[in-house]
Amino acid sequence: MRSEWNDFVGGIWEKEINVRDFIQKNFTLYEGDDSFLAGPTKNTTELWAQVMDLTKQEREAGGVLDMDTKIVSTITSHGAGYLNKDKETIVGFQTDKPFKRSMQVYGGIRMAEKACEDNGYKVDPEISEFFTTHRKTHNAGVFDAYTAEMRACRSNHVITGLPDAYGRGRIIGDYRRVALYGIDRLIEDKKNQKDTTPSIMSEDVIRLREELSEQIKALQELKKLGATYGYDISKPATNVQEAIQWLYFGYLAAVKEQNGAAMSLGRTSTFIDIYAERDLKEGRFTEEQIQEFIDHFVMKLRLVKFARTPEYNAIFAGDPTWVTESIGGVGIDGRPLVTKSSFRYLHTLSNLGTSPEPNLTVLWSTKLPANFKKFCAKTSIASSSVQYENDDLMRVTHGDDYAIACCVSSMRLGKEMQFFGARANLAKCLLYAINGGVDEISKKQVGPKFRPITSEYLEFDDVMDKYKDMMKWLAGVYVNTLNIIHYMHDKYCYEKIQMALHDREVTRWFATGIAGLSVVADSLSAIKYAKVKTIRDENGIVVDYEVEGDFPKYGNDDERVDELASNLVHTFMEYVRENKTYRNGIPTTSILTITSNVTYGKNTGSTPDGRKQGEPFAPGANPMHGRDSKGAVASLASVSKLPFRDAQDGISNTFTIIPGALGKEDQIFAGDIDLDLSK
Amino acid sequence: MNGYIHSIESFGSVDGPGIRFVVFTQGCPMRCLYCHNPDTWALNLGKQMSVDEILKAYEKNIPFYKNGGLTVSGGEPLVQIDFLIELFEAAKAKNIHTCLDTSGIIYNEKNAELMAKFDRLMKVTDLVMLDIKHIDPQEHVKLTKQSNTQILKFTRYLDSQDVDIWIRHVVVPTITDNEKYLFDLGYFIGDLKNLKALDVLPYHTMGREKYKELGMEYPLENLNDLDKEDAIEAKKHIIEGIKKRRSELEA
Repeated sequence: MRSEWNDFVGGIWEKEINVRDFIQKNFTLYEGDDSFLAGPTKNTTELWAQVMDLTKQEREAGGVLDMDTKIVSTITSHGAGYLNKDKETIVGFQTDKPFKRSMQVYGGIRMAEKACEDNGYKVDPEISEFFTTHRKTHNAGVFDAYTAEMRACRSNHVITGLPDAYGRGRIIGDYRRVALYGIDRLIEDKKNQKDTTPSIMSEDVIRLREELSEQIKALQELKKLGATYGYDISKPATNVQEAIQWLYFGYLAAVKEQNGAAMSLGRTSTFIDIYAERDLKEGRFTEEQIQEFIDHFVMKLRLVKFARTPEYNAIFAGDPTWVTESIGGVGIDGRPLVTKSSFRYLHTLSNLGTSPEPNLTVLWSTKLPANFKKFCAKTSIASSSVQYENDDLMRVTHGDDYAIACCVSSMRLGKEMQFFGARANLAKCLLYAINGGVDEISKKQVGPKFRPITSEYLEFDDVMDKYKDMMKWLAGVYVNTLNIIHYMHDKYCYEKIQMALHDREVTRWFATGIAGLSVVADSLSAIKYAKVKTIRDENGIVVDYEVEGDFPKYGNDDERVDELASNLVHTFMEYVRENKTYRNGIPTTSILTITSNVTYGKNTGSTPDGRKQGEPFAPGANPMHGRDSKGAVASLASVSKLPFRDAQDGISNTFTIIPGALGKEDQIFAGDIDLDLSK
Repeated sequence: MNGYIHSIESFGSVDGPGIRFVVFTQGCPMRCLYCHNPDTWALNLGKQMSVDEILKAYEKNIPFYKNGGLTVSGGEPLVQIDFLIELFEAAKAKNIHTCLDTSGIIYNEKNAELMAKFDRLMKVTDLVMLDIKHIDPQEHVKLTKQSNTQILKFTRYLDSQDVDIWIRHVVVPTITDNEKYLFDLGYFIGDLKNLKALDVLPYHTMGREKYKELGMEYPLENLNDLDKEDAIEAKKHIIEGIKKRRSELEA
């Protein structure tokens, strides 16, 4: 065994790249409570104060403190940057100093220019010229191939949020590989992969060989990135500090290379814990030191920044990076994957204060240790910053070494990736069905000229018939639009370091998405159980609706409407599946417009459920605001009926509750113990 | 049998232990000044629901309630005691934890028929949350338009039954937030054998909007929410009363 691996339990992971096997053979389940945790060190507090000060300056400067306008960001584009070199135990920034946003052009030069201009900067004209004339970008490629119909769907917002002008994101490199194996071993493995491709040069094989070469180059650059900061990462990490640092270099290389819509981290805490346990046992580091490494690591993750436009920030309600880290979950052998470091990661919310990034996500199972559940609840109450996902549901499909990309997309680390797919606006699609493909706002013929509905009152079977035809059309245009996007992204903006940290043969999930689920469910319910009258403009286009009578509303655990919602997801997914996908990606869909529901609503006319033009949709799979009247369990029950097999990319429900409605205030309520006055 | 139901809360986390399915019944004889649900006062209104319907809705999401159960609140649930007996008997047959949130106002030891019903109900009730509005008889009338004589008798009756008791008490600035009254309340409940918890409820003004919607005048227009610190203080006074009573009993 290599000396860096001393005291680890060996296994297949020594012979092949297999992080899961390493974790399973070596992790130490922790079932105790949070009393072992250490607070922030003096250095941590001082560094964080510096960050808070820079954050204030950034806010005062209007949202951006500094931008690079001359150097195109690559893995090796910048020299080392620090907050305070003497205090930082984990190092590395995207550019040569913190809070300076890098310039990423491969997704689209126009987007890079606009991001600069909107923030008062200007891209070096030579760069603009080069990426307009000599080197094509993803964005340019996509628009070369789009059809007129695709452009119309896009500009009329029936298909929205397409990653055609920026990085698609949603790919997670298995950054743990860098720490466990070191770069040299990974390069050796990739070279072997390249040497063993089929030798008949079909297009697929040629592309694979070119990609593998790109990956090898990226790994070599990653080694240089480590050297810039004074580390030799060609060999495996020897202790927990190095393991975190190596892993972070892998992630840093990815965010230097890609300004993706979501740049998630993976599932690292239990991996890191194996090193922490070894160092604790051998007296190499104390609990305080280990917590400090993790605090500093998380501090770096909080400082990942991208150059973006105000429009982009409007869609995503802020400037999110989606540095999602998946914590906990249960192994397929039944052992919870909870370690002391699962606690330490969550504890950063207390040591550094609350923050939406990194997006700490607990893979929840009923089988998690009780003490860990308690600590999660405690951290949630104190920070409101923990996301929860159902591990019991996802483990069945993805095993026990998957992670979440963005907010809900699950994928096996290093084995599966995703083609991110934006959303189809199913509420607008319903209006197209009613108006024969004419957009209710622009009044343009966007969809096919199918027969419109001409009756005054909407009749359920008639609407459903026409709606299905329109959905089928939309699914076709949608998938084909995505095919173009992902073809061009692979060609002009390939994620070489992230894919270098994957196996050669990866499963590609072809993600699509749905917006407006509850609007449509309630609309169909209104048509079926109440009377919906159409109101037409002078050209006969239905622009508004009058609902007469009451109808069951999604979010009240009422079969009549919940079934409409479930069927909708299933039907649309079936239409998506009918299409050929790029690189034979496996179609999935998600229902997760967490923040963009406002924008979608703005661009959609009045709907038959009584929602008026411009009013927001509900986020994700949520019931429409104020329509769930039976409390949270009934509301959640409606959501939980949606078929996961048809929405495997995730179903989100944004749940907000005042703390007082979550239980008793323990200082005011006196339970058994307080009343036992002998104590 | 059908009951008159005001509404259902499928995620009750403050009306008894655990997560609870809370049925709010319609109708109440009390007219508490601070009542935040005046829309539950009128009798024989609301949606009619059967025992079967309610238990079906409960059982649909039973995993949520495994550490909780069923709570009936109101309104005043005991106004519909026949319905309540049927509901709790059916629930108990299914091993559901039952909790009654009541003011005790309709208790009447002189009515034998009613008492038989009470006895029957208590056999299928696991927990009673008794809301004592005011310990002082005159003040109680001012606050609720009803006397507290029967309520205090009901407290004694409860302690003779095999049922857990939580005492709830809304602490209202200038009305019940008074050291003496709070102490007296504690002293009164200090000898209850089955007392399991003291649930101090800080007064809040969330009801104000409802009055506006109903076109009613809000009787406590000038009162503010009770601060958390004052609620902690109030709890202390009640507990002092309990302590005093218990020490006397020991001596």
